[in-house]
Amino acid sequence: MSKQINVALIGNPNTGKTSVFNALTGLNQKVGNYPGITVEKKEGICRLPRGVKAHIIDLPGTYSLNASSLDENVVIELLLNKNDKDFPDIAAVVSDVENLKRNLLLFTQIKDLQIPCLLVINMADRMRRRGITLDIEYLEKQLETKIVLVSTRKQEGITELKQQITNYKELSTKPCLNASEIDPDYFNRLRKAFPNQLIYKLWLVITQDVNFGKTNRNEFDGVANFKTKSKGDLKRLQQKETIKRYQFINDVLKKGQTIDRSQAKDLRTQFDRILTHKVWGYLIFFLILLTIFQAIYDWSSIPMDFIDSTFASLSEWIKNIFPEGPFTSLLAEGIIPGLGGIVIFIPQIAFLFLFIAVLEESGYMSRVVFLMDRVMRRFGLSGKSIVPLISGTACAIPAIMATRNIENWKERLITILVTPFTTCSARLPVYLIIIALVIPEGRFLGLSYQALTLMLLYLIGFGAAIASAYLLNKILKIKSKTFFVVEMPNYKLPLFKNVALTVLEKTKSFIFGAGKIILAISIVLWILASYGPGKQFKNAEKIVKTEYASEHLTEDEFQQKLASYKLEHSFIGITGRAIEPAIRPLGYDWKIGIAIVSSFAAREVFVGTLATIYSVGSDQEETIKNRMAGEVNPILGGPLFNFASGISLLLFYAFAMQCMSTLAIVKRETNSWKWPMLQLVIMTALAYIVALIAYQFLK
Amino acid sequence: MNDTLANLKRGESAIITDVSSELIPLKLLEMGCLPGNHVELVQVAPFADPMYLNINGSHLAIRKETAIHILIERVHE
Ligand SMILES: Nc1nc2c(ncn2[C@@H]2O[C@H](COP(=O)(O)OP(=O)(O)O)[C@@H](O)[C@H]2O)c(=O)[nH]1
Ligand SMILES: [Mg+2]
Repeated sequence: MSKQINVALIGNPNTGKTSVFNALTGLNQKVGNYPGITVEKKEGICRLPRGVKAHIIDLPGTYSLNASSLDENVVIELLLNKNDKDFPDIAAVVSDVENLKRNLLLFTQIKDLQIPCLLVINMADRMRRRGITLDIEYLEKQLETKIVLVSTRKQEGITELKQQITNYKELSTKPCLNASEIDPDYFNRLRKAFPNQLIYKLWLVITQDVNFGKTNRNEFDGVANFKTKSKGDLKRLQQKETIKRYQFINDVLKKGQTIDRSQAKDLRTQFDRILTHKVWGYLIFFLILLTIFQAIYDWSSIPMDFIDSTFASLSEWIKNIFPEGPFTSLLAEGIIPGLGGIVIFIPQIAFLFLFIAVLEESGYMSRVVFLMDRVMRRFGLSGKSIVPLISGTACAIPAIMATRNIENWKERLITILVTPFTTCSARLPVYLIIIALVIPEGRFLGLSYQALTLMLLYLIGFGAAIASAYLLNKILKIKSKTFFVVEMPNYKLPLFKNVALTVLEKTKSFIFGAGKIILAISIVLWILASYGPGKQFKNAEKIVKTEYASEHLTEDEFQQKLASYKLEHSFIGITGRAIEPAIRPLGYDWKIGIAIVSSFAAREVFVGTLATIYSVGSDQEETIKNRMAGEVNPILGGPLFNFASGISLLLFYAFAMQCMSTLAIVKRETNSWKWPMLQLVIMTALAYIVALIAYQFLK
Repeated sequence: MNDTLANLKRGESAIITDVSSELIPLKLLEMGCLPGNHVELVQVAPFADPMYLNINGSHLAIRKETAIHILIERVHE
């Protein structure tokens, strides 16, 4: 078999790299991480004509090869390292037809690295509306490249793109610009010292903080000696380079591109007049959030009920079909209810990811950044913190990674520290089940009480984030340069394929990530709940019989009593009661205590744990919700999950830091254990105190 | 008189004349904020901060504290 062609998709943010990537690879893609860092790496396979295969990478968006963030560094490191297994045979520079001038800056830089380069001009469907015409032949000649006009929205030009990738060997590698013009003297000395190196490559090595693999280091030995210029001088030269490039680009576009403004129709202005308005803008933002929460509730209740009852009957069916024994009960009482506790939330989590994907894709998220910057700054945050805070409602991990484009370190650190307060999808399972148990049905102004409670919990999370940001801003003594720039992309109708693939990918990784932990924990829990130490457990049947000898129990009632006696004297029961004094003031019994302890690794384990404990303790198959509703408070009588204990639990989960993965990411992003430990201690303490106060007031 | 971008009103246009190179990050220049380019103030958030600009077809928002380092000359239409 012939070698695969490595194709790197490079371009400014929002030019449609991911759309092109999706069009080329379809479902043949996987998302991982670059080794050692948490930048998302998207790669996939595309079949080309004549049986050739291409390995495609969707690189992070960047405005130039002068990196200012980890994500952008990935692009440079790949382009400078010939030994990287992903080093591109061809760089496909994806650009937006409406912003060709700015997109070409990056293009000319990559050209100067003499990598075979293809210019993909995307969003061709917008040309007519914007009155743009291009002289492709002229542009190809001036830019020394091949140009493919593509519209991923209309699925046009994809075949031609594949054709051009197949013919990559015919692409010119001539540079567009003579880099030496930046500073002839300096560059001449460089050239003499490294006669075999590309001059522009050397320049990048000098100006960037690039981290090469060991293999590549020697190639650039001695370059350090050329770092003779001061930072300020280098910056001035980089500016000169930028200006030179723009001069070249302007010259080329003067002839190659005509824009007839009288033809241009633009909805941006009309939309922006309302969506970024001083009053309407905020109101609309609030209404959008409200709609999202109501929709999450309304749309997912039917599939959720269906999943819940399916899992209950699955357990029942397994008990009937398989012979009785430890394996059957492990399956029916441990694993299935445990997994059911997470599968049930697929509809809600998928909807949440869907809404966030739509907000991002449509270009609306940038408007929110614009609207919120001033307000957020007052709390020591940046307008850009709004993106982590909103996407934190899906999961804190990608949210913390999204803080990378906050330029100011203090603002970024504070954002990282407070993001775990936002209500992530792992809290959703806990919230939903408890709300269903303790908040009455019924509607207020067309919104259900339950949805409003959920909304309130989201607001509490958000409020906690903002308030602690305010405190941190006062406490932390960090000086760093402020600087803020955000691009305002055009409004776009999201592409169905992009949204669908994002939702699919995110939901899948959430379910499998959580599924693994839950599977392991439910097996351990089942074992701990089904076995116990000493005589009390071994002679359970005898003890129960004598205890209830005077009452005439039916067989069913006896089994019930036996099961709960056994549970109480199992390993888990003993542990649970040992910690009970600590959590009793919050209104919980030992079973809830176990669920809380086991969910310190990951919150979503809570429901699964309760499901497992309760099914070991009873012998009818029931839905999780009905079982929880039937639990009785051992001391006060009445339902265990009542208004007071329910609210206390909701608040506990709103504030507690219960996610190992988040702590690990915070450690990685801040490069110190100090910050994640601080989060863990403070958030847990806060959760305990708030839950305590709530329960003592409400009971 | 030195007129800066921060003084621009909504809907007004100008030409960038000078950009203070020490104080303005390279990234902003790369996004098109260069002398000679046309700039229009599209929208402002409350308290005129941040500012939503159209620089030569690039739409971006920057804070007022950055805008004061960008010198402009008004165009009269
Ligand atoms: N009109 C139009 N919009 C497109 C086209 N391709 C992508 N988009 C939209 O452009 C936006 C950015 O696309 P995306 O692929 O996420 O860009 P990336 O940031 O470069 O990966 C999304 O809203 C897409 O729906 C196209 O060919 N035509
Ligand atoms: Mg993308």
